[in-house]
Amino acid sequence: MNIFYPIQLLSDFLTYSVFKIAPKSLLASSVNFFIYDTTKIFILLIVIIFVVSVIRAYLPPEKIRVILSRKNKYIGNIFASLLGIITPFCSCSAIPLFLGFIEAGVPLGTTFSFLVASPMINEVALILLLGMFGWKIAFIYIVSGLIISILSGIIISKMKVKDLVEPFVYQNTLEARDTNLPKMAKKEIFTYAKDYTLDILKSIWIYVVIGIAVGALIHGYVPADFLAQYAGSNKWYAVPIAVLIGIPLYSNAAGVIPLVSVLTEKGVSMGTTLAFMMSITALSLPEFMILKKVMKVKLILIFATVVGIGILLTGYLFNFVLG
Amino acid sequence: MKIEVIGSGCKKCMMLYELTKEAVNDLGLGSNVLYSTDVNKIISMGLISSPVLTVDDKPILVGILPSKNKLKEIISSSL
Repeated sequence: MNIFYPIQLLSDFLTYSVFKIAPKSLLASSVNFFIYDTTKIFILLIVIIFVVSVIRAYLPPEKIRVILSRKNKYIGNIFASLLGIITPFCSCSAIPLFLGFIEAGVPLGTTFSFLVASPMINEVALILLLGMFGWKIAFIYIVSGLIISILSGIIISKMKVKDLVEPFVYQNTLEARDTNLPKMAKKEIFTYAKDYTLDILKSIWIYVVIGIAVGALIHGYVPADFLAQYAGSNKWYAVPIAVLIGIPLYSNAAGVIPLVSVLTEKGVSMGTTLAFMMSITALSLPEFMILKKVMKVKLILIFATVVGIGILLTGYLFNFVLG
Repeated sequence: MKIEVIGSGCKKCMMLYELTKEAVNDLGLGSNVLYSTDVNKIISMGLISSPVLTVDDKPILVGILPSKNKLKEIISSSL
């Protein structure tokens, strides 16, 4: 049984009994879709962000770097990518994180694996994927994201790019120090998780609602498969265009995913959709600008290219496999 | 007493700085709130998140932007 069935009942009740919209009309279909999706997504957001924040309170980036500084290269890349899942990525922290990782002796390739995984596989994107596309697509996204971040880190470490990092980064290479983090009691952790959840909701709800609303309109009024002629799986240029469009869109990922799910319904192929979402989350223009403080432009380009190629291949692969 | 917000110059850091000034004012502490974008200070405290709020060079808040009330609580309990 679909665990979201009660939400369907609620949206049917609101659409047909409270708003009294004629069943089977386009308006009914759009309104029903909107109520169902927003309710489902917000329930998922509240539950999952809360759980992730609790885990996060026990495993802040400061502790993660201690773990990573003790791992050898390949294991380090895998750990970095896995730990990246639960770490939120705020471009505010990109610089201290980069400096702190290198300082603690975390290899450059491992640091890059983390820099790719942390924004790409984040809980908000995952919840939206889960809510709009189902668990299979969310799972494919996580696994491909992990593979891309692990391999990108390994490839970059093979490229001998150490001299492309600004020299001052290596100035104070020390053993991983004890962290100076303010301690949190159990009760505080729950308050923190609650505050954090509300915080995230406050900053993304409007994008989610607008995204779903536009999606609902398209859902009701645009014929299915309308976009297949432009962006179906047989169009080779759809994937690179999706990746390019995704680069400047980072801050609005929350609104883009609901929108994208409707584009998929109207004929954009799944591989293209996955590539688009990965590009939105992993390739971010503002983050690149910030990274300029600690590395040469050439290294940022290498980083973006390696990750970009990984995303392109993922897009083509799933267009091929899923049709 | 030295109260300082250290960040990489991002929006969240600026917001924490403004909020801290308000909180310190509301608490009637009368101290100046300093703002620094020297990321090395964060690193040398063993931290890698931004922004950081310190009281007398001791970090009391790391990487989050709390509500004003919560912030007042944190500041007064660290005095």
